[in-house]
This record gives sequence, structure tokens and C-alpha cells, in this order.
Amino acid sequence: MFHWLEQRPFFFAVLVFVFVSFAGIIEVIPDFAKQSRPTVGTKPYSVLELAGRHVYIKDSCNACHSQLIRPFKSETDRYGMYSLSGEYAYDRPFLWGSKRTGPDLMRVGNYRTTDWHENHMMNPASVVPGTVMPAYPHQFDNIADLDTAYAEALTVKNVFNTPYDQDLDGDGQIDVKLGNYEDAIAAAKEEAKAIAADMKNQKVKDAVANGQVPEIVALIAYLNSLK
Amino acid sequence: MQNGARIEYDYSVAKAFTFATILFGIIGMTIGVVLAFQLAFPGLNNLAGEYGTFSRLRPLHTNGVAFGFTLSGIFASWYYIGQRVLKVSLKESPFLMTIAKLHFVLYFITILLAVVTLFMGITTSKEYAELEWPIDLLVVVWWVLWGISIFGLIGIRRERTLYISIWYFIASFITVAMLYLFNNMEVPTYFASGGYGSWIHSVSMYSGTNDALVQWWYGHNAVGFVFTVPIIAMIYYFLPKESGQNVYSYKLSILAFWGLLFVYLWAGGHHLIYSTVPDWMQTMGSVMSVVLILPSWGSAINMLLTMKGEWQQLQTNTLIKFMILASTFYMLSTIEGPIQSIKSVNAIAHFTDWIPGHVHDGVLGWLVFMIMAALYHMAPRMYGREIYSKSLMDTQFWLQTTGIVLYFTSMWIAGITQGMMWRAYDEYGSLVYSFIDTVTVLQPYYTIRAVGGLMYLIGFFMFAYNMYKTATAGRILDKEPVNATPVAA
Repeated sequence: MFHWLEQRPFFFAVLVFVFVSFAGIIEVIPDFAKQSRPTVGTKPYSVLELAGRHVYIKDSCNACHSQLIRPFKSETDRYGMYSLSGEYAYDRPFLWGSKRTGPDLMRVGNYRTTDWHENHMMNPASVVPGTVMPAYPHQFDNIADLDTAYAEALTVKNVFNTPYDQDLDGDGQIDVKLGNYEDAIAAAKEEAKAIAADMKNQKVKDAVANGQVPEIVALIAYLNSLK
Repeated sequence: MQNGARIEYDYSVAKAFTFATILFGIIGMTIGVVLAFQLAFPGLNNLAGEYGTFSRLRPLHTNGVAFGFTLSGIFASWYYIGQRVLKVSLKESPFLMTIAKLHFVLYFITILLAVVTLFMGITTSKEYAELEWPIDLLVVVWWVLWGISIFGLIGIRRERTLYISIWYFIASFITVAMLYLFNNMEVPTYFASGGYGSWIHSVSMYSGTNDALVQWWYGHNAVGFVFTVPIIAMIYYFLPKESGQNVYSYKLSILAFWGLLFVYLWAGGHHLIYSTVPDWMQTMGSVMSVVLILPSWGSAINMLLTMKGEWQQLQTNTLIKFMILASTFYMLSTIEGPIQSIKSVNAIAHFTDWIPGHVHDGVLGWLVFMIMAALYHMAPRMYGREIYSKSLMDTQFWLQTTGIVLYFTSMWIAGITQGMMWRAYDEYGSLVYSFIDTVTVLQPYYTIRAVGGLMYLIGFFMFAYNMYKTATAGRILDKEPVNATPVAA
């Protein structure tokens, strides 16, 4: 049979495709809908948090930090409750990481503060002596891209029905407001002011007062949202 | 062409890809060594501002080596092997010649764009699929061009039966195309939002757990079908050719090939053990990874047995040494991977340095060695010159082999140490170590790894120099060597 096949490239290629498609069809597809169902209480990211998530991705924090707590006592003792599928329902892309050179950050918002993150990004060794993490002082100068964050929020709202501008918990209040461009940017800047109030870097405080959002502010907003 | 007359093969594209292999190899591996030293000596991180940090450089290293170095090496081999086993010259088809040249140019531009965008921090963050959508589209274009080149050459072939190497090239082309398309499904936000923000930004079609599942179905297998399948294509051609021996078993070739295709794709699930994907998928990924030993070892054993009765060639022919070491490391790496996929082992190994250790014994030992051997074999035939220096080749071999051993042993110890420390409890039921304790303890191992990596890199520079001298100053050959590659003393 293979003598016949190896003289017929077309059928050969078709058979190759059939062989390699199997696993995907059986392994990937069946639970696709179930796995993307959000856990109760899971909310979409605000525009500022999304901008911070982009900084996290831009500087490849996920190269060294995971966001996936495995169901072991040693991990739940160290980081908190183990991860549930629905908690990631609004994560595009997922940021589980594949290597823990640093600790897991899935619930870092529960046990680190704005002040801690500010010190950590400016000079990691000042809060964790012996760390191998680089310093990220440029995050205090670079301005976060709120426009792209807004574009992404609007895209996931329209294309994937991510529940912005909705009452998720039934208390009569909108949980995560997006609104139009002007509203969203203004809201993000307000949110930034609250974070900058807890920071000590004068340059950052001045920038936020002038209506600009340095990357560090957005990043901290994102890290604080990880709970 | 008259019957019996020699076909004049055209190596212009193979030569261009050979150049790219060496160039991207130097860039990718140098960045790798920088990364290794940064982990051992963190002060090296902020020498170039935001552009020199470990986190910014790491995707550059993986992309540079996987898609710069390795793919170049594969394409170089394809444009060499393809013509020879199909008994047809690129010269005979101006159309396929144009396609091949376009393939090279677009590919080269893509890699340059990848370097620039990754430096700037433009990334989707999905491992081995970091490039943003415009570059993804460019990748699709030249991947299709490669496909046209494969099936085009097959279409005008004189040799009726497709040689084993061609099977593997076809499999690589089809599988990577499928994986790449599905994993890179993304929506450009600028267009979807009606014109806000950056035009290059996109958002993944899949969210959370689904994104992870698609990503690792891609991540494990695309790398497999770039790092393993075409490399098997190469060894099936170059080892019998170089040694003058027939492939040991035709049946084993068939079994290993179809077995590999069927089983490989399931194994991606082993990246998600103890994650939030359903348990049955994790188990499936784990079990199939163990089954994968059979077809992997099938090819490797077929290669080793090809040398049956001819083992003395190891002493005389350095290229055989390169290829046999490559096969051996393939076996090591494909037994190590399944061990790490066993749930209880994975609980300790996952997220630790044992994983980069595993990747690197496979990549440094199997893949880079095989690619270098292939280029060494091709060089005298492409340039009509003898390889410049045998002693350089031998020195390189031992230097790099030592480098690999330092690399994987230090990473095994580092990974298992870290994994055990993370889960250590004292008699009162509290964790013994804070996270930073598990970082600082690794410093000596990181240093050993960096030294091993540096030795390997120096060896690669010797390879580059030897290839350069071969092309420009090697003794001119009056006729093409049949088997063993001629090397100057």
C-alpha cells in the first residue's frame, strides 16, 4: 500500500493531513464552549488595566512570572486559591507563562500594594534582596497607550460579547463601564489619579496631574486587579 | 536532459539560505548566551536600557534560533536535497526558480521585521507565535511559496518514488501550516474598533483556557514539526549519503513516520498538566507523550543501525560523529520529554529550569548538530571545494559536546532543586523556603550553564569560520565527492 502511496504525492499529502488533524479534533474542540464560561464575579478589565496588561506583555513579564496556581498545597499556601478555568474568561491572550524564574502573579493584587510595585519596578533588589529581576525604570517615563487599550476593549465588546456596560451581579449598577471614547479615556485618567496618589515618584504624579498616564501607573492598575 | 547525463543542480537558493543559517545562528545563539549570563549576573540586564533586559531579549532568542537559524537550515537543505532525490534541477523551471528566490527574500525580510518589532516590545506574548498580525500574514505568504516549491519540484520529478526525506518535508509543510493558521487567529483592534489606537495591535480569537489549549497544541507541535520532522528528513538523506550505507530498515521508516504523525499532535497537552484544562486532556497529553517514545526512537534506532558494521567511520569521519551524536541526543531528548510528562514528575519539573534544560539538550545536541553536519556535507558539493579544516571541525565537536553536557546537567540539577524547594514543608506544616531562597540557590548552576553556552557559541563561530574559509579558500575539487565529504587535514 505504501509503495502505491509514495508514488502519489497528492494522496500522500492528504493522508498526512488526516493523520495530524486527529488530535486537534478530539483534544481541542469538545470542551471549547464550556471552558470559556466565566466564573461568578469575574469581570472584564477596565481600559487602564488593559493598558497595563499591554505593558506587562510588552516587557514580557510572562517570560519569568506565571499566572497559574496549580492545585497543590505548596502553591495555595504560597499564592492563594488554585486557578479556575472561568477566571480567565476575559484573558486575551492567556498569560499563564511556562517558566517561574520569579513567583506566580495570579493573585498578586491580594498581597502586594501600589507602593511595593513602584519600588519593585524601579529597583527590584530594594524590596527583594538577591533577586535576578531587571529594573524597569523606563516604565516611569514611557506613556501608556490608552487609545489602543480602548480599541481592544471595544473590539472584545463588539466581537466577543465581553460584558462591558452591563450589570453582571444584578445590583442595578453597571459593573465595568466602557462608554464612548471620550468617557473611557476620561475614566481611565481618573482611575490613574487614584493610583498615583499612592505613589511617591514626583515625575509620575506630575504627569498624571497633566492628564498623561505613565506605563508604571497602568501596569500597577493591572497588577492590583489580579485577585 | 539525455538519459544518463548528469543533472546540473542549481544551488543559488541553497547557498543564500546557508548564509542566513550562519548569520541568524550567530545572532540567536549570542543573545542566548547573553540571557544565560544575565540570569547568573543580573547586573548585565540594564546595560542597554529597556532594550537589553532579559524579558525583552528572550523572545528574540527563541525566534532567532527557531525561525531564523533552524528554518534557514531546513530551507537550505530542502533546496539541496529536493533537487537531488527528485532528480530534477531548479534550473529547468524558471517559474520554480523565481518562487524559490522570492521565498528567500520574503523570508529574510520577515526575520528582520521580527527582530525590529520584538526589540520594540511588539508581541502577542504567545510563545513561538509572538509576531503581530501583519508579520504573520507575511509568514503565511512565504510558507505557501515553500509549499509551491515542494509540490512544484515533485510535479516535475524524474524519480517516480518519493524518498523518505520528501515525506518528512511534506509533513512539516502541511502540519506547521495548519497549526500556525489556527493559533494565530486574531482580530486587529484598529480595524475592528473603527480606527482607534495602534494599527499593528491585535487580540486573540480565543480566551483564557481555550487560548492556552490552542497555543500549546501549536507550541509543542509547531516546534516539533520544525525542530524534529525536517531534521529527520535531513538525517535520512545525509547519514546514508555520507556513510555510503543503506538506510537500515524500510519498514521501520514507514512505521516511525506514520506513528510520529499520528501521535505527535496529542502531546501538546503535556504543557497543561495541573492547569485548568479538563483532566482527560491532561491525561491524554501525558499518555500520548509516553507513546511518542516509540516512533521517535524508531527513527533514531534506524539511523544508528544504518551504521551497522561501519562503526569505524566514527574514528575517521568527523561528520559521521556529528550525525551519530545528533541521533543519540534525539533519543535522550525524546525519553526525557515523556518522563517530564508523567504527572508526578511534571508536578516538580513544570515551571523550573529542567524545562529549558530539556529543550536545549534536544536543540543543541540534535538539531543544531544535524544542521551543521548537513551544511558541512553540502558545502564541498555547492562550492566545489574541500572543507577547510578537519582539526577545527574536531575541536568544535568536542568543545560543543562539552558545552551541551554542562548545559543540561546544570539545568537538571537546578530544575529539580527548585521544584523540590518550592514544595518543602517543615515539621509544623509551613513552607520552608521563601521564593527568593529558591532563586538565589540557583546562581552556581546558572553560571555553569552560561559557561556551557559560551563554549557552544565559540564552537559555532569555529563552524562559521570553517564554512567561510571552505567557500572562499578551500582546495578546489575536480569532481564531486560520492560519499565521505573531503576535508583538509
